[in-house]
Amino acid sequence: MYDVAVIGGGVTGGMIARKLSEYNLKTVILEKENDVVMGATKANSAIVHAGFDAKEGSLKAKLNVKGSEMMEQVASELGVKYKRNGSLVIGYNDEDVKTLNELFERGTKNGVRDLKLLTASEVKEIEPAISDTVVAALYAPTGAIICPYELAIAAIGNAMDNGVSLKRNFEVKSIEEKDFHYEIKSETETVEAEYVVNAAGLYADEIAKMAGKGDFKIHPRRGEYMLLDKECGSLVSHTVFVTPSKLGKGILVSPTVDGNLLLGPTAVEMTDKEDKQTHSEGFKSITEQAKNMVENIPFNKVITSFCGLRSVGDTGDFIIEEKNNFVNVAGIESPGLSASPAIAEYVFDLLKEAGLSCKKNENYNPYRKPAHAFREMSLEEKNEYIKKNPKYGRIICRCETVTEGEILEAIRSNPGATDVDGVKRRTRSGMGRCQGGFCSTYVVELLSEELGISYLDVTKSGGKSYLNVEKIK
Amino acid sequence: MINKDLVIIGGGPAGMSAAIAAYESGISDILIIERDSHLGGILQQCIHNGFGLHKFKEELTGPEYAYKLECKVNELNIPHILDTMVLEVSPEKVVTATNEKDGIFKIQAKAVILAMGCRERSKGALNIAGERPAGIYSAGTAQKFVNMKGYLPGKKVVILGSGDIGLIMARRMTLEGAKVEAVCELMPYSGGLARNIEQCLNDFNIPLKLSHTVVEIEGKERVTGVKIAKVDENRCPIPETIEYIPCDTLLLSVGLIPENELSKDAGVALSRITSGAVVDQNRQTSVEGIFACGNVLHVHDLADFVSDEAEIAGIAAAEYIRGNISNETEINLKTDGKVRYTVPQKITAYTDTTVYFRVSDVFRNVKVVVKNGDKVLFEKKKQKVAPGEMETVKITKDMLENVNELKIGLEVL
Repeated sequence: MYDVAVIGGGVTGGMIARKLSEYNLKTVILEKENDVVMGATKANSAIVHAGFDAKEGSLKAKLNVKGSEMMEQVASELGVKYKRNGSLVIGYNDEDVKTLNELFERGTKNGVRDLKLLTASEVKEIEPAISDTVVAALYAPTGAIICPYELAIAAIGNAMDNGVSLKRNFEVKSIEEKDFHYEIKSETETVEAEYVVNAAGLYADEIAKMAGKGDFKIHPRRGEYMLLDKECGSLVSHTVFVTPSKLGKGILVSPTVDGNLLLGPTAVEMTDKEDKQTHSEGFKSITEQAKNMVENIPFNKVITSFCGLRSVGDTGDFIIEEKNNFVNVAGIESPGLSASPAIAEYVFDLLKEAGLSCKKNENYNPYRKPAHAFREMSLEEKNEYIKKNPKYGRIICRCETVTEGEILEAIRSNPGATDVDGVKRRTRSGMGRCQGGFCSTYVVELLSEELGISYLDVTKSGGKSYLNVEKIK
Repeated sequence: MINKDLVIIGGGPAGMSAAIAAYESGISDILIIERDSHLGGILQQCIHNGFGLHKFKEELTGPEYAYKLECKVNELNIPHILDTMVLEVSPEKVVTATNEKDGIFKIQAKAVILAMGCRERSKGALNIAGERPAGIYSAGTAQKFVNMKGYLPGKKVVILGSGDIGLIMARRMTLEGAKVEAVCELMPYSGGLARNIEQCLNDFNIPLKLSHTVVEIEGKERVTGVKIAKVDENRCPIPETIEYIPCDTLLLSVGLIPENELSKDAGVALSRITSGAVVDQNRQTSVEGIFACGNVLHVHDLADFVSDEAEIAGIAAAEYIRGNISNETEINLKTDGKVRYTVPQKITAYTDTTVYFRVSDVFRNVKVVVKNGDKVLFEKKKQKVAPGEMETVKITKDMLENVNELKIGLEVL
């Protein structure tokens, strides 16, 4: 019997699990995919929003501002790259300027620090690549960038190091409320837990319904992105948004913490929760908007494009509520990543009020060795390291300079990578300009050796995503 | 820090040929640095024949061609270090590398030859809409799975792009029991060698669909099919022509890009057309003492030409180390657009020079013309030129007198 079962291994579930691991609790994360972070966490804008956007008094506003303030500390404990690069919302006309003033007012009321309205020349001064057509901007110095899946993997890894269990490929098929606990079943396994946290992202409505704990609806909103070569990562230093208007929220142009340039997202309301197709109209729309925002974006340096599905609830706000030891954490769309550390505290308080007994875990260690520790080392440190672990001297991914040692570490440490994309998200192997052209055969080999599975059983991302179909000869 | 006369980055056909030439020119303090566990580079996985016809006057497979060079390297005792990745080259010619045994180490070289080869353009660069399932490979990655690892990556294949590796893999996958449904080429002509179209597609009845592209990829876990469409003259897909081909694999052979990340660190000026260094007839880059050859300089269609070019670089590096290289002049070689680029891009000594070039489109019945201003210095007729086949023209010493610039172009007859 578990004390708490967290359904969903995204950044929300991960942060909650990590919070729970501070206490002497038996916690399990139930993840339906072959790896954690497979939902909205792996494909979003990678932004820690300052918090001026959400409606005053909403949960979104409250948890965004708090989460944003907590994020630097959380990232540093987890060894995750975090950069407070500041955000700019740019306006092209009088109507935009009016909206910028409203955002300024709203942000100030939400408690966002240091907001400032800038004139065209002031914008140009701090961000020279910005388009000449920009007339004003709202500057939020507390806005930041982070890698969402790196953060979530680290949070889950840290939770696991502190005693939390993870069950992958556990797709919840039924939840039954017993007298003193819940019985959660997948096709093949049953888990019992006194408390349940429903952080199932797009499927949170179905999970809630299964348990008879809510009738809200979640629908996917498609967001397509284009990612440019590291060569272009310094084109802008701030995260540049357009002023939201009747035409929509618009896209952003932003550096990523890993040094690429990110353009997107589109925003298309969807019904199919599994349809992650990108569309040529999406690319066109991103390209056209980005061109207006920033001068001279080299679109021929796109190295990949992808689509994420945001979990949009039907209330306009995060849906976080406790009913008889079952907590829904649903509709966690933007600014969900920014809010995630604050959501974890909020959910923990709900659980405590519901009677979860919370004794401190004396062995709790908030720190996690950074996944990219090796590459951050000095030359001397690296050489000491290679002497002890020669595999760190062997480069597997040449575009991102990832060593065999780092790949083995990603497979061996919590939560271990078990497929090629899992290795990629943990090490950046295959994430560079050749997109795995050279390293993927090596990564398949390492996974096959380390996991003791046949070459043919190595997948791209679990399920039937096999990379090779037959042995020759 | 270790000191070396000549460091060669890359132990493929370019690196080995350059090393042999430098050695035979009297420089023996050489180090070839190779990232793989064997010498030979990409030739190791090119098990088809067609190599060596020019260089060795016999038809060899890729590994055989590489082995010939490797034997020579060993016979001459040219030092080489394997499983070692170069991390950085500085403008001062300090080479930083890493391997399991030595960790990260630095070498001060008198001269450096860049011979790192090229990489394949990836799917990401193409902005193809759809899902991102397993089953999408660059042709070279598929070649490595099949020829080096012994696994077949798919059974029902569509190939996008008719570059040589794609053509070779169409045949290879067919021979291993896969069905290649079609090869789609965006352009109205193939970028591959004519002999490969004949031997790899026509001989196996594999349709080559010119002016076609893949517009969408289907499949959630593994590819289940692709949508292809004909493109108009602006290379935009024509919606009415979309057809669906069920398949489990999409191979991409959509171009090769010289791998010049190290060159950039070293401050080497690159050509926007070739994506390789701008060089003179010695294959010396804009940084003195740093030379480049092979596919890192520009993408070749034959390993034989790579070797020829590498020998020029090897000999020149040896001369440079001995202090025998000086710039007597600087004559820029310009092109007319029909000729897309030349290598070298400039000539710095009064000497006979073979200039390699590629054209931008298929042209029939043309004259290759070398001009100084309006004055024609040389011309030769060609029945057909195509972007997939490298051409050469010889610039003789006497054409260079009192010249600042030469223009190499095509005149359609």
